[in-house]
Amino acid sequence: MSEGHSTYTPKTGLGRWFDARMPLPRLVYDSFVAYPVPRNLNYAWTFGGILSIMLVAQILTGIVLAMHYTADTNLAFGSVEKIMRDVNSGWLLRYMHSNGASFFFVAVYIHIFRGLYYGSYKAPRELLWILGCIIYLLMMATGFMGYVLPWGQMSFWGATVITGFFSAIPLVGDWIQQLLLGGFAVDNPTLNRFFALHYLLPFMIAGVVVLHIWALHVVGQSNPTGIEVKSKTDTVAFTPYATIKDAFGMIVFLFFFAYFVFYLPNYLGHPDNYIVANPLKTPAHIVPEWYFLPFYAILRAITFNVGPINSKLGGVLCMFGAIVMLFLVPWLDTSKVRSAVYRPWYKLFFWLFVADAILLGWLGSQPAEGSYVFMAQMATLFYFAFFLIALPVLGLIETPRRLPNSITEAVLEKNKGGSGHPAGATAAPETKG
Amino acid sequence: MKKILTSLALVGLVAVGIGSAGTWAIAAEEAHNAAAPTHFPIHEPKEMDWSFTGPFGTYDKAQLQRGLKVYKEVCAACHSMNMVAFRTLSDLGYSDAQIKTLSAEYTIHDGPNDAGDMFDRPGKPSDHFPPPFANDEAAAASNGGAAPPDMSLLAKARGVERGFPQFVFDIFTQYDAGGPDYIHSLLTGYNETPPAGMVIPEGTHYNPYFMSGVSLKMPNPLSDGQVTYDDGAPQTVDQYSRDVSAFLMWAAEPHMEDRKKTGFRVLVFLLLFGALVYLTKRKVWEGVAH
Repeated sequence: MSEGHSTYTPKTGLGRWFDARMPLPRLVYDSFVAYPVPRNLNYAWTFGGILSIMLVAQILTGIVLAMHYTADTNLAFGSVEKIMRDVNSGWLLRYMHSNGASFFFVAVYIHIFRGLYYGSYKAPRELLWILGCIIYLLMMATGFMGYVLPWGQMSFWGATVITGFFSAIPLVGDWIQQLLLGGFAVDNPTLNRFFALHYLLPFMIAGVVVLHIWALHVVGQSNPTGIEVKSKTDTVAFTPYATIKDAFGMIVFLFFFAYFVFYLPNYLGHPDNYIVANPLKTPAHIVPEWYFLPFYAILRAITFNVGPINSKLGGVLCMFGAIVMLFLVPWLDTSKVRSAVYRPWYKLFFWLFVADAILLGWLGSQPAEGSYVFMAQMATLFYFAFFLIALPVLGLIETPRRLPNSITEAVLEKNKGGSGHPAGATAAPETKG
Repeated sequence: MKKILTSLALVGLVAVGIGSAGTWAIAAEEAHNAAAPTHFPIHEPKEMDWSFTGPFGTYDKAQLQRGLKVYKEVCAACHSMNMVAFRTLSDLGYSDAQIKTLSAEYTIHDGPNDAGDMFDRPGKPSDHFPPPFANDEAAAASNGGAAPPDMSLLAKARGVERGFPQFVFDIFTQYDAGGPDYIHSLLTGYNETPPAGMVIPEGTHYNPYFMSGVSLKMPNPLSDGQVTYDDGAPQTVDQYSRDVSAFLMWAAEPHMEDRKKTGFRVLVFLLLFGALVYLTKRKVWEGVAH
């Protein structure tokens, strides 16, 4: 997409002076105005922009919250309550920040599933995909540490459980755990280093986001057909076309976000986190934030030993393995066709995978006992089978539907009213929006 | 679009199917013995009508004042409420002068003074409710080994898990009264007799609404006529429980009215702005097949 030549012409003397010395306006113009985007992008493609504003919103609310927060085990809980009660609009900042984390994850999950559905990770976008996976990992670390800061019961016990995973690693496990905790148990040093890291990591995320967008602007966006851009008629200019569509997507997203912030601000949290942390009293069920639940279910599904690997290490390996799968997707998928629109079997497996992920999330919130354990084991099996069996095998055996020759052809064919399609086979996902 | 919806429906059906099969299996596991239940609470909390729920919910000031009276005369004997300042009682409709009088009824341990001594003085509006015990250890020692929890956040710190599919409906009904419903049910749930054969540990009291066991250390705190209301509200345990639950919701979430009011404006703005942006988007994309 980068055709290597810029159409930016500064109109003022100051503009020309600036352009000759540091062409920042040119970079912005080329990246966000003239940048060509496929004309057939649907609303699933607005989540990149949505994620950017969520990151900015989290950083802004977070900086103001940090001005009022005290990272000390005796004071942290009270300082958060002071924000909620006495700081001007403190309740709004704090609810925006805590629900903002959740909605950041809502957006990132839709963004990731969109990539999986339309095969956005395939060559030449492997690096773009991996940078995205790194952002996701950093988000998980940031979200986890942020949840510890209010120093409620779930903060404390969640931190205890999650840092405990590291002790399962042979040889260096205990050392890593003590390094994370700053001692032998979750205590003041843990809270202090988590606060420092929680402040640092979002800026690292912002850095990787820059790389992510850079990589995107080199290879260009994929699109619902999965066919590369071939001619100028396949694209439209980023501004006004993508900007206005992204803006609408953002407003709809913010509507849902606001609904939770103002009407259900504690819906996504756990009541126990309004009880100050007590190292002597374990909650009945330790549950992480909802966005970790599928991985938590996978962790607890491994209740058996395999050879030298005990169940604890096995659970930790599976949990991290579940994330590693994402990194490997570009090479696990053997299909020559990108988009699930033209892959009937992959499409079925994709939606089964979505259902599986939701099921795992629900199981993660339930106690690990009785039939839940068996269900979690089956769901875990399917999770890995999707990546390790379905992705490689389907690409080899599946007969894809006929691909249009270009994006323009796909668009025109669709606008004819679907007459070019056999009955009932209209490829809806590419027409949305 | 149709396809997406169909796929979503399929996903939903599969999830519901597996979910209900699982729930059914677990329900079957549980049904074995009423005298030795394994999941708590034994009874789900009763859902009450509260003035503060829903998108336009507001606190009933008269109810909060009654709730404060119940707290002061009953709960405060054992439960602290460390995070609530007297000055915030203006939310309940009290005047500055009334708050001054009310806070002066309390004795605050303060100091050190210029001579280095600690001293007692009457409370000021800027003070918080003083705790009934000097520290957690003293509270535990006087209450059979378990310190009564601080009540500042109790209405947000309690809530029985709603389960599937109820938690999905809760998004649409904006159910945010899990805490008050639980507290009300617990306070009115002491009169039931335990099933035959159930073992109630000594020094505890059976309550089928308690969320962490068959019984709790706190004895039934309320009885009919115990607190005198001067606004003609019924002086019953049920009414006391409702009032104190509403009061605790306010104590835990004092800015809720403000939050919901702001929220309505924000949503209306986003709706109108969204409509304008959508029309602009239509105009921009007009004539561009996509």
